[in-house]
Amino acid sequence: MTVLLKILDYLLSAVPLGMTFLYGSVGEILIEKVGHLNLGIPGVMCVGAASGCAALQAMYESGIPSALIVIFSILAAFAGAAMMGAVYSLLTVTLKANQNVTGLAMTTFGVGMMKFVMSKLTNIRYLYALKLFRFPFAESDNSLKYCGVMVFLAVIIAVVASFILNRTRTGLYIKAIGENPATADAVGINVNGYKYAVTCIGCGISGLGGLFYIMDYAGSQEAYLSIEGLGWLSIALVIFALWKPIVSIFGSALFGALYVAGSYIPGIRELKVSMAATPLLKMLPYVVTIIVLIIISARNKKENQPPQSLGMTYFREER
Amino acid sequence: MAEKAVELVNITKKFGSIIANNNVSLEVMKGEILAVLGENGCGKTTLMNMIAGIYFPDSGRIFVDGKEVVIRSPKDAFKYKIGMIHQHFKLVDVFTAGENIVLGVNDGTKYNMKNINSRIMQIASRYGFNIDPQKKIHEMSVSEKQTVEIIKVLYRGADILILDEPTAVLTPQETQKLFEILRRMRDDGKSIIIITHKLHEVLSISDRVAVLRKGEHIATVRTSETNEAELTEMMVGKKVDLNIKRSEPKDPKLRLHISNLNSTNDEGILVLKNVSFDAYSGEILGIAGIAGSGQRELLEAIAGLEHLDSGEITYHDPKTDKDVNLRDKTPLQIRDLGVRLSFVPEDRLGMGLVGNMNITDNMMLRSYRRGKSAFLDRKKPKELAEKIIKDLEVVTPGTATPVRRLSGGNVQKVLVGREIAAAPSVLMAAYPVRGLDINSSYMIYNLLTKQKEAGVAVIFVGEDLDVLIELCDRILVINGGKVTGIVDGRTAKKEEIGLLMTKTDKIENEEATDDAE
Amino acid sequence: MQNKEEKVHEPLFHVSKRSSMPLWESTAIRVASILLALLLCGLLVALFLGKNPADFYVSLFKGSFGSQRKIWKLLKDIAVLLCISVAVTPAFRMKFWNIGAEGQTLVGALASAACMYYLGGKIPEAALIALMFVSSVLAGAVWGLFPAVCKALWNTNETLFTLMMNYVATFFVAFCLIKWTPDGSSSLGILEHGHLPRLFGNEYILLIIVVVLLTVGMYIYLDYSKHGYEISVVGESNRTACYIGIDVKKVIIRTMLVSGAVCGLAGFLIVGALDHSITTETVGGLGFTAIMVSWLAKFNPLLMFVTSFLIVFLNQGASQVSQSFNISNAFPNVVVGIILFFIIGCEFFINYKINFRSRKEVK
Repeated sequence: MTVLLKILDYLLSAVPLGMTFLYGSVGEILIEKVGHLNLGIPGVMCVGAASGCAALQAMYESGIPSALIVIFSILAAFAGAAMMGAVYSLLTVTLKANQNVTGLAMTTFGVGMMKFVMSKLTNIRYLYALKLFRFPFAESDNSLKYCGVMVFLAVIIAVVASFILNRTRTGLYIKAIGENPATADAVGINVNGYKYAVTCIGCGISGLGGLFYIMDYAGSQEAYLSIEGLGWLSIALVIFALWKPIVSIFGSALFGALYVAGSYIPGIRELKVSMAATPLLKMLPYVVTIIVLIIISARNKKENQPPQSLGMTYFREER
Repeated sequence: MAEKAVELVNITKKFGSIIANNNVSLEVMKGEILAVLGENGCGKTTLMNMIAGIYFPDSGRIFVDGKEVVIRSPKDAFKYKIGMIHQHFKLVDVFTAGENIVLGVNDGTKYNMKNINSRIMQIASRYGFNIDPQKKIHEMSVSEKQTVEIIKVLYRGADILILDEPTAVLTPQETQKLFEILRRMRDDGKSIIIITHKLHEVLSISDRVAVLRKGEHIATVRTSETNEAELTEMMVGKKVDLNIKRSEPKDPKLRLHISNLNSTNDEGILVLKNVSFDAYSGEILGIAGIAGSGQRELLEAIAGLEHLDSGEITYHDPKTDKDVNLRDKTPLQIRDLGVRLSFVPEDRLGMGLVGNMNITDNMMLRSYRRGKSAFLDRKKPKELAEKIIKDLEVVTPGTATPVRRLSGGNVQKVLVGREIAAAPSVLMAAYPVRGLDINSSYMIYNLLTKQKEAGVAVIFVGEDLDVLIELCDRILVINGGKVTGIVDGRTAKKEEIGLLMTKTDKIENEEATDDAE
Repeated sequence: MQNKEEKVHEPLFHVSKRSSMPLWESTAIRVASILLALLLCGLLVALFLGKNPADFYVSLFKGSFGSQRKIWKLLKDIAVLLCISVAVTPAFRMKFWNIGAEGQTLVGALASAACMYYLGGKIPEAALIALMFVSSVLAGAVWGLFPAVCKALWNTNETLFTLMMNYVATFFVAFCLIKWTPDGSSSLGILEHGHLPRLFGNEYILLIIVVVLLTVGMYIYLDYSKHGYEISVVGESNRTACYIGIDVKKVIIRTMLVSGAVCGLAGFLIVGALDHSITTETVGGLGFTAIMVSWLAKFNPLLMFVTSFLIVFLNQGASQVSQSFNISNAFPNVVVGIILFFIIGCEFFINYKINFRSRKEVK
């Protein structure tokens, strides 16, 4: 029985962790859908976390109602990350810079920026903040206590993103730009405008993942050290989810499960799994992603390919 | 009786020093099909692009429904209910037909694919299109894609439709079906402009024909009052004497024997149909045909770049007096067989040369493997580059200049110079003078003639009939992937070749209609 | 009405591709962008940290040249970074976006460490070092081979594939570390055997010599060998490559083998000459930085001496700044990030021309 309980406990902690990936990957899906491979997502998530925490520090002894503190922190995280998106768009859309190089520079900058900012934030009592963020179930004594407002927000964002991409005119335009910007341009869609807007919003969403991880999942300051790795995993999840936000919801739970499996499963003595298995279990999400990547390219089914102009700079004169 | 839908007055458009359209005036009525007829490069597509908002005229005025308008983008054109169906489709592959059609249309209604698709079906049934709005573009045939493009324009409420070479990609049966639809649209009051160079189609579909030649508007005539011969003459013009030197072939021997080539392209269309011919040493064999009739595929098949369904390519080696089979060989294997085959491809910077490399490095593209050393020998290519620059008067700062920075004519000289320097026994050149000025063109003609005199079998794909007639010893005419005739360059008439290039569709079309009935 | 329309459609400027720019001009733009970025960093320091910007620049410089030890550290760091940058270059010349240098170097390092761990003391030192070298190079090559084969066969997206391979490598190292440390502490400590010899009593000289030779060698390979020529042709145009009979698949696979092998070599040097141990952080992001170095140098190995110097100089200088100003040690990343943004952005002004439009088109 204890084995089952432990496994249940494990799954319940895995799902919320997965939400970090969900934020990251939904943001990146949107950005990739307009044709930009943003390798700066880890940096963006870091900046999101830093901005959110900075806002929290600024507010939480000021007597503002706690619900508002949470909302403002979330907005600050979104805004900070969206700023990164603006820098990325400026470089890759207007200045037509190489996307890979720009993304990597963003990650360098973002990680540094976060560490710099976090080292200055010394007043936050994280366990108290955690309670705020886990509203409304923070006090409950069943497993719901893991599920704060941001868990639901992540799922809502993924569903909304999926709805926009598949059921609205805007989504159609976004996808058209990522597939074939020249065609979109020819029918009068403002290609660069969409690229800017979607990249900024996408980065903003990804940035929430960083804040979520520190404030809601981990509830400690040192947590920020893991965000970069989680960011790369979010990019992996995009491929795993075949660029579909809804699949990403389930994928994120799976990735979360695999990610924490390394720490949990060897701890369950009854399963007789050695500690050495930890890294191998943690490797799984990446291996699975590689396999998915190979399968989709070998099967070459049009629907499951990356957006066709992914990673390419669009310059109208070169039509 | 009929009102003017669009009127062009004194339109002129230049690209650099080349005049694409000179003072052209045209009009199209409501409820009429106007054919715009002309050879390749006569400016018909450029002219239509100005109505569709792709280009903006340098001078001249455009009237729609009698009011002067300014059209600067396709969006503007749609505002005036003008839509153009381009030769290269602009569709998103992974979208459905319906999604492509509605892309960019924001009419304020709620986005609902069901309603959109039913509207598409309404349009389709009104004109007799056969379309499944939920089918993905990448699953469609070329003619289905064209249907999507046409409905895309109609969905935006276009009353004036411009179709650029719509039948180039269609089978005769599909062409018949398209024409039925076009007639129905005309009867519905729409104005249709169809760009074409196929005489038979002009006669069967249009109400009036406007003929363009070298950027000039020659005449507009009623289709019922004209015939093929008159249109051909207007299209190709009087023979112009070019004074290209042509020597008599000396001791021609069989070099290349091509028999029954068939080839299918990626889209599953038969691009070469039973092509057979011989090429002899010491002569220039011209290949005439409308662009895209299979010339590129033919040359690439000989060069070992195109897959063949069936047929034989045999090279007769003058040294050993033996036949060598070239079919399904890679370019490397062909070279290893001792066949000195040079090929000047149509796409100079995308295939024949590497734009970002300098002239010296481009010289060794074909020869860099020579020698056992793992390292490159740049000495000989550099000497060759210097020689070509000097002999062919290439204008360049030096051998270290990337070819991308040279002008079109100089790029071509570098390419042709390299291919000739390989001392070929067969030399194939596709459109070697396209985009070149008169002096450079003559230099290329002379080079080809010299090669011929040196005993090379030269195959020359050209578009200017005057040049073909004066330069070539024999001219092979290709039409829709088929050889429709091989004529003697010294006795051939321009009109004769023009007809061979355009006419045979008629027989096929009649067969098709017979089948349909 | 019509006039209004013309205004809408007549943008103030028009961007077009430049065909060429004199070398001095492009160099001037790049230098200017770096200076501008440094100026901005100084300004930020003054504004947000309330320090004297002059101190900032002095510390920045002292970080690399303040003492003999710092100069040697500078040279060592350049050598390691340069080695990986040179490694990724062949793939980039082919327009194969190999961002898996991190992983390829790490498995190279792991292979060396494995030799040291299992065979150290059991076979002669020279044989051990030779074996370390061979196994590192092979390991790196194999790590590069997977994505290359998939790219050649199925056109699998190499950027994403190589990215994932980095983390597979990281966790593979973590796995080995647990296996190798009896208490599972994952901290291996210095391994006794298989240290590369010290030349002239300095532990860095051998490393530096090897990397300089490697860089020059790579320059020769890419610019003067037939292989290098084929790489350039494939990178420029697949159609041209087919036209002249190059087997594109073969070139992709061969080039990635070279790229991976040199990464493996870098791993061998890191373990054999410097760390004598391995952790999951042995490469520490250098694989990504190397991409920058290579790209900034326009994939020219000789220019990478300059670009790798620039990056290492900034990093070291900025960490000196963070020490003397007593701020977070993450500060170098921020400085390098800002400067990279400027350099990346300035390329636009080198590759494109902005033509301001006058009211009427004048010819």
